[in-house]
Amino acid sequence: MTIGDIVSATTVSEEGPLGVGPEGARKIQGRSPWRLAMERLRRDRAAVISVAIIVLIVLMAIFAPIFKHLTGHPPNQQYFDIGLTPDGLPRAPNGTFWLGTDDLGRDVLVRIAYGARISLLVGVVATALTVTIGTVVGLAAGYFGKIVDTVLARLIDVMLSLPFLLFAISLASVYHAGLKIVIIVLAIFSWSSVARIVRGQVLSIREREYVEAARSIGAGPWRIMVIDILPNVIAPIIVYTTLLIPAAIVGEATLSYLSVGVQPPTADWGQMLSEAGNDYHAGWFILFPSIALLLTTLAFNIFGDGVRDAFDPRSDRLFS
Amino acid sequence: MALLEVEDLHVSFRTPDGVLQAVRGLNFKVEEGKTLGIVGESGSGKSVSTQTIMGLTRGARVSGTARFQGDDLLAMSSRQLQGIRGAKVGMIFQDPLSSLHPYYRVGWQIVEMIRSHDKHVSRQQARTRAIDLLRMVGIPQPDQRVHDFPHQFSGGMRQRAMIAMAMSLNPILLIADEPTTALDVTVQAQVLLVMKRLQEEFGTAIVMITHDLGVIAEMADEVVVMYAGKVMEHGDRNTIFYEQHNPYTEGLLLSLPAYGGERERLVPIPGQPPSLITLPEGCPFRPRCPYAFDKCVEEPTPIEVGRATHTSACWLPTDTRRRKKLRQEVLAAEALPAEAK
Amino acid sequence: MSDTDDVLLSVKNVVKYFPVQASGLLGRSKEFVHAVDDVSFEVRRGETLGLVGETGCGKSTLARCIMRLYDLTSGTITFDGKDISSLSVRQMRPFRRDMQMIFQDPYGSLNPRRRVGSIIGDPFAIHGIADGKERKRRVQEVMELVGLNPEHYNRFPAEFSGGQRQRIGVARALALRPKLIVCDEPVSALDVSIQAQIINLLADLQDELDLTYIFIAHDLSVVRHVSDRVAVMYLGKVAELGEVEGVYAHARHPYSAALLSAIPLPDPASAAERERIILVGDVPSPIAPPSGCRFHPRCPKAKDRCVQEDPDLVPRLDDIETHVAACHFPVADGENIADSTPELSADKRIVEEGLVGNV
Repeated sequence: MTIGDIVSATTVSEEGPLGVGPEGARKIQGRSPWRLAMERLRRDRAAVISVAIIVLIVLMAIFAPIFKHLTGHPPNQQYFDIGLTPDGLPRAPNGTFWLGTDDLGRDVLVRIAYGARISLLVGVVATALTVTIGTVVGLAAGYFGKIVDTVLARLIDVMLSLPFLLFAISLASVYHAGLKIVIIVLAIFSWSSVARIVRGQVLSIREREYVEAARSIGAGPWRIMVIDILPNVIAPIIVYTTLLIPAAIVGEATLSYLSVGVQPPTADWGQMLSEAGNDYHAGWFILFPSIALLLTTLAFNIFGDGVRDAFDPRSDRLFS
Repeated sequence: MALLEVEDLHVSFRTPDGVLQAVRGLNFKVEEGKTLGIVGESGSGKSVSTQTIMGLTRGARVSGTARFQGDDLLAMSSRQLQGIRGAKVGMIFQDPLSSLHPYYRVGWQIVEMIRSHDKHVSRQQARTRAIDLLRMVGIPQPDQRVHDFPHQFSGGMRQRAMIAMAMSLNPILLIADEPTTALDVTVQAQVLLVMKRLQEEFGTAIVMITHDLGVIAEMADEVVVMYAGKVMEHGDRNTIFYEQHNPYTEGLLLSLPAYGGERERLVPIPGQPPSLITLPEGCPFRPRCPYAFDKCVEEPTPIEVGRATHTSACWLPTDTRRRKKLRQEVLAAEALPAEAK
Repeated sequence: MSDTDDVLLSVKNVVKYFPVQASGLLGRSKEFVHAVDDVSFEVRRGETLGLVGETGCGKSTLARCIMRLYDLTSGTITFDGKDISSLSVRQMRPFRRDMQMIFQDPYGSLNPRRRVGSIIGDPFAIHGIADGKERKRRVQEVMELVGLNPEHYNRFPAEFSGGQRQRIGVARALALRPKLIVCDEPVSALDVSIQAQIINLLADLQDELDLTYIFIAHDLSVVRHVSDRVAVMYLGKVAELGEVEGVYAHARHPYSAALLSAIPLPDPASAAERERIILVGDVPSPIAPPSGCRFHPRCPKAKDRCVQEDPDLVPRLDDIETHVAACHFPVADGENIADSTPELSADKRIVEEGLVGNV
């Protein structure tokens, strides 16, 4: 029996962080479930740090041109003379190239900054597409049930069983390899997991009394889905979104690594890792893009954990 | 010496919004073979108190003593408490599925309970005892039913099976926390009957926690009325029902449709219970009390009313005649009480 | 009591079965839950009909059938003279202005992510009655009517207590001034001291707004207080139906008698002298209800006829025509069935040693 049980005697977690407890043990009034989640998030130190890191990376991406101006090196500019050693090997970090150069004498630092743009762009856009498609399909499958659900559920199962990489590579070879195909491919292969989660949530919410109440007032199915069901499904969607973004980023890096994503000479972390593989003397060349990728994914994942804990107040960890 | 003697129990919890005071100064005694009823609504602290005494709450700040056969339960280690739970003190909860494991057969669970406390009992002996226990609580064909899973039992039978399990080690005290709240009324009658019969046969003392005054009227010898963590009134059964002093007890009884014969209109208690984090000054019932006067901003301590066995935490006069007069005045003035706002 | 003898709602031979396994694309269920099995009654304008029964009796299912939240397996429901039994969702919509429902769970019947003003304003929005400022005004009007502070229009349900949330549910049901309100256990989930508030509120509203109620509850003392007439249900059928005082004082069906004797009375003296009829067993599953009279396995007065013949719902003994019971061997005035033993062989009834008899 924890404090959570006393204070939230009849709370259901999707009721939001403000569980109404025993008569009278109400919290201070005037706060919406969203604001309470935000407050919880703010108190979570790990989440706050990860947000800071994400913000820094975003800023780095936005202000990539500043890196260009500061160092004077455009990202795709190859510096054979000062960028490579006399033997033609990349230079280690030094005064001119703060993070060293790659095998073509390009400034690693500037390329990482520009690479962030690609990663974040793909991460956000692909995820947005994924979540939209997944939510719509999940809502329809969960609410309408019967034939609609059977068909859509099978479709979801099929999509989940398709091998991502094989298809991604084949699709990219049929169409132009590039940013657009990467985003589309990622969306195609991720929407089904969102749909499955949404469907599950909708199935349970559909039985709630407030949905019954809406039907008894005369609300039609679309109104119920959008106004009553969707707001209660958004919390898990948001949590999942924060975890999808890093997955998309890694997915993009993977595709670019395999040369079916962004094409050279565009600066891209996955691409850089692929090139670095050829040159194992240049430790920094592998190290820095890896760190960039790792840090970004980690930050998003920790943030995702924090968001999930902010929405679901049952974790004992709140009352340490 | 009383079997269980609780003195000045305070239980509080830290929450992000402040300190939640669940129990504030609980005192009661349970005599051997008798039934103590603890009645209160949600937030009264009735469940928290017994669970804390048995060491089942986590993260609570506790003070006070709870002497069971002379030893303070609150000072015991969890191992010592484990020894007492089940063997000396049986517990029954509102939801039988929370103490009956859904994946194990009922008979097996009882057998394990018996053998975990006494390794010398053979499986066969324990199995026989389990069947006897099930028969005792009125489960039909107990020798077959002993092999069933909990979900194969209906709600009332599950509750009775839980009673059987709680009684399996012959505890001297049974703590029943809302044992019949989730049951249909005819099934509730069965379960209460079983509990009464067990008490008669084995002399078990019972602490019955409930919000249902009807159950209290049937089962309890002594009654403790709780509100917002405090004891509002304490007395024997007839006193509480027929000569209550505390306005909260009175209000509770008057708001029941079944109490006091025909009334055109129920007399509800206006307002709602206070937040346990931001408690009002003085008596917690003051904002809702039709008798409230200036002294009530001072928190009342339990005062003897009439006899030593009847105490009420209220500043109203203890003279019964004056009290009755006051009651009539208030009831007459209650044309249409201002309801919840 | 009713002013006119108009029948507002008429339920005739309503049957609702649920398939036990969800049928696949082609499969069909072999078993059905007989949730409601041939129920008929009328509800007159302005009265309150109480519906009592325990788990599995079908009262909640019946309520939802009346509200057309379910399709009927068979039978007719006539509301205000019109047959609504097989109307589609779209055809039902205009009727939903006149028939509303209040739900049991104050924590589950309100969408936690919506503001209260929006929840109460839903009926206006859905039926296109009022918009913008006018809607807000009306919502606040009905909030005041149920005892809520209209300034709390923008709050979320979680910021209210259980009793207040129930008031919100009532406000939502009242928004369009319906004729009939089906109350599904409206006070069961509330604290005792709050229950009385809501019961009084419902009574006041009935007087003020000329409402007709169907009041479903398992607490018989609450039902007795609020209802004009009461129907006792058991396993999908009506066991007894009549004016509330008549049924409570002269229960004819043994199940009603047992139910009444099982109510815990907050009055030790009466509780002690009352003869408790303790029933054996639990309510059987509605999937395979017993033959004949469904109550026969548990009935202290059961005889062979009860196993074979399902009794009709008609007046018994010398009762007035408005008091009906479905029993072959009804309980006479003053008869104490607590000590009766059924005249059935052991295989036809439930036997529980140690439990029969009264306390």
